[in-house]
Amino acid sequence: MAELAQMKIAEARDALRAGEVTSAELTEACLQAIEGAGALNAFVHHTPEIARDQAKAADARIKAGDAPAMCGIPLGIKDLFCTRGVPSQAASNILSGFTPEYESTVSGQLFDAGAVMLGKLNMDEFAMGSSNETSCYGNAINPWRRGNDDTALTPGGSSGGSASAVAADLCLGATGTDTGGSIRQPAAFAGITGIKPTYGRCSRWGIVAFASSLDQAGPMTKDVRDAAIMLQAMCGHDPRDSTSADLAVPDFEAALTGDVRGKTIGIPREYRMEGMPDEIEALWADGRRMLEDAGAKIVDISLPHTKYALPAYYVIAPAEASSNLARYDGVRYGRRATLAQGDGITEMYEKTRAEGFGAEVQRRVMVGTYVLSAGFYDAYYNRARKVRTLIKRDFEEVFAQGIDAILTPATPSSAFELGRTVEDPVEMYLNDVFTVTVNLAGLPGIAVPAGTDKHGLPLGLQLIGRPWEEGDLLNTAYALEQAAGFVAKPGKWW
Amino acid sequence: MSIDTATAARVAKLARIKVEDDALPALAQDFSAILGFIEQLGEVDVEDVEPMVSVTPMRLKRRSDGVTDGDQQAKVLSNAPDAREGFFAVPKVVE
Repeated sequence: MAELAQMKIAEARDALRAGEVTSAELTEACLQAIEGAGALNAFVHHTPEIARDQAKAADARIKAGDAPAMCGIPLGIKDLFCTRGVPSQAASNILSGFTPEYESTVSGQLFDAGAVMLGKLNMDEFAMGSSNETSCYGNAINPWRRGNDDTALTPGGSSGGSASAVAADLCLGATGTDTGGSIRQPAAFAGITGIKPTYGRCSRWGIVAFASSLDQAGPMTKDVRDAAIMLQAMCGHDPRDSTSADLAVPDFEAALTGDVRGKTIGIPREYRMEGMPDEIEALWADGRRMLEDAGAKIVDISLPHTKYALPAYYVIAPAEASSNLARYDGVRYGRRATLAQGDGITEMYEKTRAEGFGAEVQRRVMVGTYVLSAGFYDAYYNRARKVRTLIKRDFEEVFAQGIDAILTPATPSSAFELGRTVEDPVEMYLNDVFTVTVNLAGLPGIAVPAGTDKHGLPLGLQLIGRPWEEGDLLNTAYALEQAAGFVAKPGKWW
Repeated sequence: MSIDTATAARVAKLARIKVEDDALPALAQDFSAILGFIEQLGEVDVEDVEPMVSVTPMRLKRRSDGVTDGDQQAKVLSNAPDAREGFFAVPKVVE
């Protein structure tokens, strides 16, 4: 049974269509794997009954010959997605008890295609964090360890539960969301593949909002082909999201030829950071060589405003968050604080939000409030938006020079131990140093596992593509994946 | 840039988050660290640069101004901490 949960989406799809396996069998294998993986704390709401019903329906569809690629594939869904009738808390106490009456567009598209929901996945509260330590459910744990050292490591964040679940073979794929690196950083920490598509590719409707101009959903999978298949099912225009792009969705899997001859790959010099570990430096050089050997032309490029991406992000994201999170007022959904005799509506707001939001969320809401407040709006918020224009312009200029994709490290380190950086918000923010530029510029970015560090922990490389060119980006990632040949799996200890 | 406890208290008030007085110094320190990090933006020459409004150049779609939904009162109220007689209930607002 356990082998079934280890299948990739493409393998399972082919086996389902060939009648070699049923969705019911795949689903049971995953449910069993989840049952035995409580120590990872990846799944935080379990939906075995929904999963079994969906699997049964999927098997009937496959039998009838009506089977889209994702039909019968068991998935985990990040807790940020609203799922009808199933708790959707964004890992926050302020949404405890909230069960949406509606389905997010992305999860709805997956289920319409026949995918099976195993349950909801752990994450940082409101997707604010890089280590899954701000979750109201407690830490998700990385299935990877440093050799025989049993120190618990972070699966990254905010999509930490998704990364942990996919890496540990608890599901065949998972949804993630990425505002500053929340798909790519955990994917890199867990040795899996994660893509954030171009802003506007996936509808944001029904996904709990963090920073609306940066948030995008994407798949987290065991390889690049699976990412192409699952992304296909998640994309598409949605009239309910005014920023959703009304563009045709190409066949991403068909783009995977592995041929990158004649492609030009840029290596941005500003991503060589002070104090970057040698292993990351070496991995990056390896990636460069792999793509060169595959026939791509490698060019050194400059993205001069890179240094200002993180500070700009830490103005824009909290500003948007403070506005988005204003809706949690203890009136319409979720939790309301117990009030004292004589408390009025202001006390209700203040107590509810103090009790319901964790420390990092409170911090970001207040920073956002500050940078938007009278007297500081121009100095902080408008200046950050201008810097964002410059960051995007950097990318436009290199693409205009003929660059097809940009190769960078995915993260400045491998997975670190839990508890290390939680005390220092700014140090934690540095995790997103290579990924955050991509959100600010609205570009597609993918993390691919490409090697291991001296402890055997996975390391990822990031490729950044031209807007709307996810197919081409996935193909370059596919070539890199084939050259890197990363097949290591975490040893089972849980 | 250093944030004092009075500013921290004012921001907490604006954000409608209750912060106890004894937690204000630590909060002010956190703000100072984060704002210190953000200060770097002051180095960038942003003369004649437009602030970004939309990351992808797109025109917002228009739709006809018609009713597309409705009669969902029970569903709208189903997650409310306190709903009575078809309304959201809150503490008394007007004396």
